[in-house]
Amino acid sequence: MKLRIVVTLKNGVLDPQGKAIEHALGSLGFAGVAGARVGKLIELDVADDTDDATIDAMCRKLLANTVIENYRIERA
Amino acid sequence: MKTAVIVFPGSNCDRDIAVALEAVTGTAPTMVWHRDADLPADIGLVAVPGGFSYGDYLRSGAIAARSPVMRAVVDAAGRGLPVLGICNGFQILTEAGLLPGALMRNRGLSFVCRDVALTVGETSSPFTAGYRSGDTIRVPVAHHDGNYVADDATLDRIEGEGQVAFRYAEPVNGSAREIAGLVNAGGNVLGMMPHPERRIEAAHGGRDGRALFEGLLSKVGA
Repeated sequence: MKLRIVVTLKNGVLDPQGKAIEHALGSLGFAGVAGARVGKLIELDVADDTDDATIDAMCRKLLANTVIENYRIERA
Repeated sequence: MKTAVIVFPGSNCDRDIAVALEAVTGTAPTMVWHRDADLPADIGLVAVPGGFSYGDYLRSGAIAARSPVMRAVVDAAGRGLPVLGICNGFQILTEAGLLPGALMRNRGLSFVCRDVALTVGETSSPFTAGYRSGDTIRVPVAHHDGNYVADDATLDRIEGEGQVAFRYAEPVNGSAREIAGLVNAGGNVLGMMPHPERRIEAAHGGRDGRALFEGLLSKVGA
């Protein structure tokens, strides 16, 4: 089973990399970019019988730092 | 006092902290490989050194925090053993849940490598016993991910309970409330981004870091 774990910064957590991207887009002449946030995409290939609780535990225990990040699990 | 230093793949300040600990305690620390499940008996301090453990993959300190030896470190911290995490060690201690908050990319995006001034905070921790609250010390920083982040409630709590051990006396990396180092509620776990172990001898450019180790030794050393 293929999974995509999308890890994003929580609202309110300053993202310096996102800010740099926003400024770089502006300096390339792209107007109207009001914000950029950088996250991570982790593709997992897990056994088909892996239950939701286990996948959630993988996210909480390692893949995301829930102090600063949210995560979303997408099934392919 | 006997001490131990944890060594991860990618640690690069393990020798620095070992030299500092030997200089102050008179005994060379035991170097403990990350795959070991146990710490040496009868130690008075375990140090988690700086570096780039596991290449900073996923997040700085994230993989190291889940290594076998860190389970032993967390258990020992729970029993009151002093634990010192410097730089990547601080990142590892937050990832392991021993300290609140997280360390993110520096606000200016640049790696910062220079001497900085720190103000010693008000803690009752043995880690700051060698200083007076309000002292200014100069020690080096060398990091890319030193921007301390926590929610306002957490920041209010750690300030209110005297857990801020060191603050930057100048802008360095965007850290919330200029926090450079903090201790846990019990005062036996210190994480800090600056490197006191690099200011042990006059030949290093100063000895401002030495009092951290001497103060700790005076409080918990045998």
